[in-house]
Amino acid sequence: MSTSETVLSAEGLVMRFGGITATNNVTLNLKKGARHALIGPNGAGKTTLINLLTGVLQPTEGRITLLGEDITHLAPHRRVKRGMVRTFQINQLFDTLTPLETLALTVSQQHGLGSSWWNPLGHSRRKGEVVDRCAQLLEQFHLLEVMNQPTNVLAYGKRRLLEIAIALACEPRVLLLDEPVAGVPAGEREELLQTVAALPADVSVLLIEHDMDLVFSFANRMTVLVNGTVLTEGDPEQIANDPQVKAVYLGHGEEASHD
Amino acid sequence: MTQPSMNELQKTIAESLHNGSRWKAWEPVFWLLVLASPFLLGSHALIINEIAIVALFAISLDLVLGYTGIVSLGHAAFFGMGAYAAALFAKLVMPDPVVGLLFAIAVSTLLGALCSFTILRGSDLTRLMVTLGVALILFELANKLDWLTGGADGLQGVVMGPLLGKFAFDLAGRTSACYSIVVALILFVLARRLTRSAFGATLMAIRDNRLRAMAIGIPVSSRLAVIYTIAAGVAGAAGGLLAQTTGFASLDVFAFDRSADVMLLLVIGGTGWLYGGIAGAVVFKIMQDVISTITPQYWTFWIGLFLVVLMLVGRERLLRPWTWFKKGGAS
Repeated sequence: MSTSETVLSAEGLVMRFGGITATNNVTLNLKKGARHALIGPNGAGKTTLINLLTGVLQPTEGRITLLGEDITHLAPHRRVKRGMVRTFQINQLFDTLTPLETLALTVSQQHGLGSSWWNPLGHSRRKGEVVDRCAQLLEQFHLLEVMNQPTNVLAYGKRRLLEIAIALACEPRVLLLDEPVAGVPAGEREELLQTVAALPADVSVLLIEHDMDLVFSFANRMTVLVNGTVLTEGDPEQIANDPQVKAVYLGHGEEASHD
Repeated sequence: MTQPSMNELQKTIAESLHNGSRWKAWEPVFWLLVLASPFLLGSHALIINEIAIVALFAISLDLVLGYTGIVSLGHAAFFGMGAYAAALFAKLVMPDPVVGLLFAIAVSTLLGALCSFTILRGSDLTRLMVTLGVALILFELANKLDWLTGGADGLQGVVMGPLLGKFAFDLAGRTSACYSIVVALILFVLARRLTRSAFGATLMAIRDNRLRAMAIGIPVSSRLAVIYTIAAGVAGAAGGLLAQTTGFASLDVFAFDRSADVMLLLVIGGTGWLYGGIAGAVVFKIMQDVISTITPQYWTFWIGLFLVVLMLVGRERLLRPWTWFKKGGAS
């Protein structure tokens, strides 16, 4: 599946807030189709790293390359256009819009229709383009039966699914998943895990997650971040057996025996 | 998924999306009644004209406040600019109302574009203060530049030519009312298309969650600037209509009261719904008219009381007073 083509590379990223170094010389490479997990204890700098990659923060030092193009100083919305898309740990949805409207506007935006003001939402240059994509996404994320309800009345699990569906509607090349199963009740968890497992194979995914079951079942490559620094990187087996990782992050050996 | 059922699904989805933009059966009926109102209620043509103008002004505010979430307490800046532009154009260039109105729209749109950068950054409070400040500046400029604007006396003696070269503006105000209604209808239809488009949906996305709007690639700043500029043009049209149909432009077109009133009546009618501005304008103007004949000095007391009750009980329960004191009714 994965070729040797590097899609996203961050080299020597440093982020200082005043005297505090939140990110310290972090280097990270994502290959095409990667399933890469980023783990680390609270305060390790995972969120700062996401903000650097998506352009919310400008790094003090370092370089970010997406598909061979230097995007270090590109505005967030321009990175999205080039395929760098994220989800949020805490749902960031459009509460008064329905899932259908949300996805239709997101798909329209990606098709360059975001400034078209005359034709109704759902209209596309090639007939049915927007509607077809919405149908696929609603189907794939089990949102069909709630597609016309305002987002703020949906069950938490559905909102979580929509959170990821929006990101996928942006046609990502690199998808940053920020704790996708955080707070999802047990009954709605399976549906979500399945959709995460079924993400398109050609999309490179960087998963930030505390849930070790999900991390070890999903990732084929892992990076451990501690105090803003990369502690180690390797495949799940290496990470699970790394004594340093056990000491710092996993704490107990039995939790790591999951692959 | 089999092919036919997928097609079925796409049809349902296309249908759902279209439902939002399709004209409801009552809408053409409503507009026909509105267009007939200057003839059916001929003796009230002056207040009908006023309502049409205020409704158009409220639609403009709704585009920025209701649809995009930009709070403004200085929307009169653009209304006033349109009013003075139309009045000066009639006085100094030519008296044709349509050309004059287009000029007023152009000038206020330009002002909106210039001011749009002031609303891009900061919190709601910042925007509230900045918009208020801009309106105050323009008020004072219109006051000081009295060689051009007539200062505190206002710009008097604005004589309008006949509408389309045929219909003279009469004292009863029938031509005025028809003119204002038609202009309001045209701009309403355009605003309606805009709010139902992909562009309109991106505005609502920005209103609901600016962080996520940015994260799906919407250029938020440029969207805010564009809608603010468009709304300024619509407000300018309303101001232009007022100056043209009353033959007068005075400092009160820039006044804080005007900005506050339009926000008040939009909230009464309902934000994020173009008919909200119209409903608010009708209710507000009629209340003003009726109450001020009964008690000329204290009508704002009643408006204030109405507003407090409306805000506390909510629009749905307003007409059902027996539910006002039940707990948990609002959700």
